Amino acid sequence: MNDPILEMRGVSKSFFGIKALRAVDLTVYAGEVHALMGENGAGKSTLMKILSGAYRPDPGGEIRIEGHPVRIEGPLGGRNAGISIIYQELSLAPNLRVAENIYLGREISHSGMLARGEMRDGVGPILKRLGADFLPSTLVAHLSMGQRQLVEIARALHARSKILIMDEPTTALSAGESARLFALIRQLRAEGLAIIYISHRMDEVYALGDRVTVLRDGRLVGSLDKPEIRADTIVRLMVGRDVSSFYKKDHDPDAGRGHPVLAAIDMADGHRVKGCSLTVHASEVVGLAGLIGAGRTELAHLIIGAAPKTSGRLELEGQPVEIRSPGEALEAGIAYLTEDRKALGLFLDMSCLDNINLAVLGRDAKLGWFLDRDKARERADRAFAGLSIRAANVGVPAGGLSGGNQQKLLLSRLLAIAPRVLILDEPTRGVDVGAKSEIYSIIDNLAKAGTAILVISSDLPEIIGICDRVVVMRAGRIAGEVTRGANSPLTQEDIMALATGMEHLDA
Amino acid sequence: MPDNGASQAQPAATATTNGAAAETRRQRVRVLISALGMLPVLLILCIGFHFLSEGRFFTGQNLGIVLQQAAVNTVLAAGMTFVILTGGIDLSVGSILAASAMAGLTLSKLPELGMLWLPASLLTGLGFGIVNGALIALLRLPPFIVTLGSLTAVRGLARLLGADTTVFNPSIPYAFIGNGSLTLVPGVASIPWLSVIALLVILVSWLVLRRTVLGVHIYAVGGNESAARLAGIKVWAVLIFVYGISGLFAGLGGAMQAARLYAANGLQLGQSYELDAITAVILGGTSFVGGIGSIWGTLVGALIIAVLSNGLILVGVSDIWQYVIKGLVIIGAVALDRYRLQGSART
Repeated sequence: MNDPILEMRGVSKSFFGIKALRAVDLTVYAGEVHALMGENGAGKSTLMKILSGAYRPDPGGEIRIEGHPVRIEGPLGGRNAGISIIYQELSLAPNLRVAENIYLGREISHSGMLARGEMRDGVGPILKRLGADFLPSTLVAHLSMGQRQLVEIARALHARSKILIMDEPTTALSAGESARLFALIRQLRAEGLAIIYISHRMDEVYALGDRVTVLRDGRLVGSLDKPEIRADTIVRLMVGRDVSSFYKKDHDPDAGRGHPVLAAIDMADGHRVKGCSLTVHASEVVGLAGLIGAGRTELAHLIIGAAPKTSGRLELEGQPVEIRSPGEALEAGIAYLTEDRKALGLFLDMSCLDNINLAVLGRDAKLGWFLDRDKARERADRAFAGLSIRAANVGVPAGGLSGGNQQKLLLSRLLAIAPRVLILDEPTRGVDVGAKSEIYSIIDNLAKAGTAILVISSDLPEIIGICDRVVVMRAGRIAGEVTRGANSPLTQEDIMALATGMEHLDA
Repeated sequence: MPDNGASQAQPAATATTNGAAAETRRQRVRVLISALGMLPVLLILCIGFHFLSEGRFFTGQNLGIVLQQAAVNTVLAAGMTFVILTGGIDLSVGSILAASAMAGLTLSKLPELGMLWLPASLLTGLGFGIVNGALIALLRLPPFIVTLGSLTAVRGLARLLGADTTVFNPSIPYAFIGNGSLTLVPGVASIPWLSVIALLVILVSWLVLRRTVLGVHIYAVGGNESAARLAGIKVWAVLIFVYGISGLFAGLGGAMQAARLYAANGLQLGQSYELDAITAVILGGTSFVGGIGSIWGTLVGALIIAVLSNGLILVGVSDIWQYVIKGLVIIGAVALDRYRLQGSART
């Protein structure tokens, strides 16, 4: 191979005496996609922030770009050194146009007057090269998430970056948008860019990665070349042990079956959901699959009364129920885990204790009003132990926890009401491998105990791994159902065929 | 149930244990800083004014005056704390105070109903507050706009109540709450009834905010309104409650002023009181975006404002300069709010 474009030697970073990164050596070549993996808190973001100039590494290490030692300092340090980072939360100004965003901070002006036309002309060729289907003059607010990512990439290319770091770029993208992004990443690789690709998703790493580097507890624990990239090798490096049964499914759906717990009949909101019916039985884990935008989350919101429905009814244990708000859903024993835990789930400034107890405070209260603090404390301690939530104590704010622990915190709030029906919307999004397998076993145990569970997920291996049956949505309707038979396992192909509407072609 | 998950638990990475301990320590310090907040500033101001005024600040008589001057603003600021904790604002408290005082005084002049003037003041305030809350919670209008509107509209109603004149009642019932003192040690120590009421309001507010379910729901709505809705909290009820409380406390403030002055004028009474109340809340460390703050901070904030006014007079600073200094204090308080937020989980 040619000379490395980026070499990090013995780079460490400590915060107040705690080592977040310990003597990491990382070598990246031009024209490769280098996947960076590791659980949350393994040091990926620290490493990234050093490369962007947001953090200054501890003295002793060395960073070379194209063989020359560099010091990356200040917010523009990374960009000046030829490194661009595309963060999970995109950093575009939605109120500005595409060209203005690409030139942000480096606008062209003549004696103080902004040269809008020149800027638009300047970005035209790059957008064309990336195959953009929008204009330099389009307002960013009007773009989809996938298109916005394209703008970010255009911004990096425009700054003549040689190294592009992407942090979980597909989190907010639909399957189609992800596929387009992958094609683009391959094109950029062919053009000689070095791409550092951070992701939790194995399938993406198989599809794209030329090499994989795994971080654990701030150390680089291994680098794998293309032939060695396999799920078991990566997972073993990430968690430092074998994950023999990653997806846990010990519960027996047939044991408790025959008794439907939740039946949603002909639910519609007159917009995104167009008449959907589904049933979940006791001790059953039902997957709800579909492309992004198929209406899965919207259907869940209709079931729990978070959005007004234009038609449809619900039956709980065979009895009709009327649910008009999430509060009524909780009272009826239907709990919903939101896909967006930060915006719609947690109270980041409030303590873990309050976050866990929030849904049951009224039920526990003394004299109907006063907090039962002993009970709350006990419940929080039990949740911490039972779900192995890792935080200093139950009093710390939820915002300080890692993604996996935040998700378990939110889950424990729902479990506090002992739900009969649990609807989980992307339960493992942005969660590291260790916490993922813990969440799977929590789901499995709940099913064993008789809970009816509906799992919405875009992660097909996950759905296949933990569900008994998969209902597939397409464009607001139930497209079909895939069941697990004695000799016919659930397959990604069957689900995708239903989700995309390709099943008619097969027949 | 979830407890079964314990068998699957994985050992926490030991390397992070030290980090977690240090993080807890930092968080404790942070909590302490925001809890103590401006208390050191208050003490420094008191001591500073004591020396600058050649020993006239720390006298029983002067401290009594400070407490009395702080009382009405403390009550308004307590209500404001509820509102700001939900991420809202109530600009109408000064006008509601005036309207409540006018309603109370007008009623107190009727011979048969005179004794009812006090509940009438309170109910007037509560009523306006609930109207504010209903507009904000049910019609989903921005709090700033709604209360800006009622700031003006209720001021007009206050003038209407007294036919735009000053209403006097030298024999108003319960006048003691405005001018009397509760004797603690006969001949040695007493505390103005106004201050007693203010302290009771603070205590009740603390009880509601920290010891009731409603209190947690108020913090939750301020911290993340969408999440609160999905968690089953009746956000509309919480909002109506906080604006209702703010109105009720403004009504109480009106009653306190009426009893102290034996008079009220719909045009002048309570002008720009909302600004002092907001300043007290922000000085007390309550975040302007909601979800973070404490009622004790508000008490300290209200005392700082009272000490500033009193101390500047003792030292002989002109009325005009007092405005400038108080204005700078407001800006300084918001700067502190920004600084405090940097350290919080919200980024």
